[in-house]
This record gives sequence, C-alpha cells and structure tokens, in this order.
Amino acid sequence: MAKYLLLKHYRGAPAAVNDVPMDRWTPEEISAHMQYMQDFADRLEKSGEFVDGQALAPEGSWVRYDGEGRPPVTDGPFAETKDLIAGWMIIDVDGHDRAVELAGELSAAPGAGGKPIHEWLEVRPFLTAPPTVTE
Amino acid sequence: MDEVLLRSLTPGVLAVLVRRGADFAAAEDAVQDALVEAVRVWPSEAPRDPKGWLVTVAWRRFLDATRADASRRRREDRLDEEPAPGPAPTVDDTLQLYFLCAHPSLTPSSAVALTLRAVGGLTTRQIARAYLVPEATMAQRISRAKRTVSGVRFDRPGDVSTVLRVLYLVFNEGYSGDVDLAAEAIRLTRQLAAAIDHPEVAGLLALMLLHHARRASRTAPDGSLVPLAEQDRGRWDTGMIAEGVGILQAALARDRLGEFQAQAAVAALHADAPTAEETDWVQIVEWYDELAGLTDSPVVRLNRAVAVGEADGPRAGLAELAALSDALPRHTAVAAYLHERDGDLPTAARLYAEAAHKAPTLAERDHLTRQAARLNADLR
Repeated sequence: MAKYLLLKHYRGAPAAVNDVPMDRWTPEEISAHMQYMQDFADRLEKSGEFVDGQALAPEGSWVRYDGEGRPPVTDGPFAETKDLIAGWMIIDVDGHDRAVELAGELSAAPGAGGKPIHEWLEVRPFLTAPPTVTE
Repeated sequence: MDEVLLRSLTPGVLAVLVRRGADFAAAEDAVQDALVEAVRVWPSEAPRDPKGWLVTVAWRRFLDATRADASRRRREDRLDEEPAPGPAPTVDDTLQLYFLCAHPSLTPSSAVALTLRAVGGLTTRQIARAYLVPEATMAQRISRAKRTVSGVRFDRPGDVSTVLRVLYLVFNEGYSGDVDLAAEAIRLTRQLAAAIDHPEVAGLLALMLLHHARRASRTAPDGSLVPLAEQDRGRWDTGMIAEGVGILQAALARDRLGEFQAQAAVAALHADAPTAEETDWVQIVEWYDELAGLTDSPVVRLNRAVAVGEADGPRAGLAELAALSDALPRHTAVAAYLHERDGDLPTAARLYAEAAHKAPTLAERDHLTRQAARLNADLR
C-alpha cells in the first residue's frame, strides 16, 4: 500500500535503447504504442493498482507572484528547459519491487519497428502520512 | 443510528449466509446490499432483532442475485427460501472470516481491503477514500481478493498471526478521509479478541490502545509532529492506557511472549512515565532485547539503539548504531538525534538535513527540516 509516480519524460531522461522520435514512426506503430499504454492502464485498473494517469502538453509557461495588486508575471516557454515531463501514471502497490516491475512493463511499450522503446521512466515514491506506531 | 453497531453485526450475518451454502463472494455482496438498506430504513423503523433483520434481507438479496443469473439456475434449484440451518460450525464463524480475509494467498493490500469490507462492513467507497485511490480501483482489488479466496474452505482454522499482521497494517496506516482506520483496527481487534483466546491477539490490542491513547498529543494544531519526549502527557487518554496495561499484564502472565506483547510492553513503559525524564529506558532496552530475539527486524535494532542512547548515554547509542546498516529507514534521523545529545551540533544539523531528504513521510520531513533549521540558527 504505497503510492508511486511513474514519470515519463519528453526530455531529460537518459537515452532510450530504441531512441527514434515518434514523428518518424509509422502510423501503425503509433497506434500500437497507444494501444499498449491503454491496455497497461486497463490491466492496472483490473488488478486494483491504478490511481491516475495523465499526459501533459509539452509547452507551458512560467508564472510568478509580482507583488500586491499586480497581476502575476508570466514568461516562457523556454526551449532550453532541460527536463520536460510528458506525463505520469500513479499506482498504488504493495511495495517498491512491484512499482519497479510495473515501470519495467511500461517501458517495454512498442516504438519504431514495433520493438520495445526501453525508455527510462522515473519511479518516485509518494511521501505518506506518518505511521501510528513510532517506537 | 449507530453505524459502528450495525457494522459489528457484519461478520456474523455473512457467516450465516456462507453456512447456508452461499458462496463467499456472492454472500459478501448481499451483506453489503443489506447494510446499505439498513442505513436507509433503520432510522425511521429500527428492527427489534437487527441481526435477524440483516440476515433476512441479505439472504433475500442473495437469492435474487442468484436467480437473476441464468447460468446459475441449477444452483438455484438447490436453494430453499427457508433454508435448513446447515452443518454446525466447528470453529467460530466470525473467526473463520478473519482467517479467510487474511489468507496467505492474498497480497497485504488485498487482505486489508477485504478485511475492512467483509469483516468491518465498510463500503468500497469508504475504503477507497481511506486509502486515497479511485473507487473503481478499490472495487477491483476487493473482487480480485474474493476470487482469490473463493476456493478456500471455510471450515479450517487458520494462522492467527496472518490476521494480526493485517490488523496491524490497518492500524499503522493511521487515519485519512472519513474513516478512522486506527479506531477501526482497534474495533476489529477487540472483536477478534472476543472470538479467540490468544496472548498475541491481546498483545496487539494492548499495543493499539497504548498508542491510540497518545494520539491527541502526537500532532500540534498546525499538523506538525510532536516527538514523544515533548508531548503534553496531560492529554494522554488515561482510561485507554489503563485498559491497555490491564490487557497486556493478563497476556504476559500467561508466559507465551510474542512480538506484539513485547512491543506493547515498550509502549506501556512510555505510557507509565509521568515525564519523559522519568522513562525507564533500562527496562525498555531489555524489552527490545526480547523483541530482537523474537524477530530479526532491523527496525527493532534501530529502536534499541535509541533506547540505549537514553539509558547509557548518546555515545553508547552511537556505538550501537554503528553496527547497523545506514541504509535502514530513519538511521540518519537517529544518528542526528544522538549527535545532538552528544553535543556535536554541526554534525547533528548536517544529519538532520540529510535525514529530512530521505524521510518517507511528509510530517517527518518537515519535523527533521525544523530540527536542522533550529540547530543552524543556534550555530550562526
């Protein structure tokens, strides 16, 4: 019963084994990839381990407070941003081993040539509520 | 209407249906339906025999569901509206349910979910909210768990330690959402203690009561963690402590020591001290020695190092700590504390910051960050 975030990066992760940008895939390869992701989420829902999955637009803006009575300042997007999050999946599993196992499966999603992408996914545990028994 | 009273009837009602020949998964669904119906109807028309009412309604729901399922027509033919009582149970029905829901074939999270629903009578939505997952996910987890145990025979005694582990997990999860999981764990452990005479069941119940008694003092109004030594002991629930101590003493007197009794003994020594300074750390170290003999848990050895630090001074504690892997959760936090007690503030400040970075919970991270900030402010 621990939640993990599986983070998928557009940029910033180490290079995947099958590192071909999606716009060079065939349409069928893209469909196969999407189907794999959907099936993966469905399987997690059936196993009672799915919490959430979302994709993010690659571009956003930076926003900060600019003082009392003034509208927030916005800036960007900055093309040079090193790390870019593509999306995430949140899972609720029995422990870290299971989170790693699932991330491994997700990383096997097919890409160019119908072969697994082997992309690097970031696995981050959620901070939880403190346990009741402490000593 | 008393919802807890209503839910306390759940395992008994479920057991009746199973004894009448209903399969566990279908019976459990029918009982849930009956509970929902009770919540709707009872406020205006409370039955004189609540359990009888629930059995009648649940049995009717079960028959309806069975009839609606055309593929089960053959089975329907075997069922009567007024069933025979069935074979007399060899082991207490409620107890069997606990064993089934904590069956070793289930993963811990499945066992917890199934126990809360089938034994605790909570709805899927309540359980989902308590564990902060979507209701659909929790529903799948529960139905998978039911399928996993569907082949388990209902008439064999199980291993009580598996049940205790599940209840301990529920208790330790604390509370979130609209369900107080710690209170629910206590209720279920109490119910279990009434069904089976076992010193470790008593030990776990005592452990829970002794920790729960301190709950109000464990967090400040802003939600931050208050360490044991700084807690306002006037806010501890003395009635609950007395009950926990009483249960523990009776269990210890039977001379069948187990992990939960030993843990409860440590909690009792803390509860017993009028001030943090008066804590009997020497005895606590002895109990950790007992615990270390019962389990090879490295967490026990870490806690023992803390206790040694209090009993024999921080240097002794640090020496104990040096023998343990620094990859252990909270190892760095303990090291920071012992270095502070030893007067090495720069090292303590650095280790508190490092421990905050590794903290598994938000409250601990914030607490450790504050400790580092406090020392750094003094050092400037």
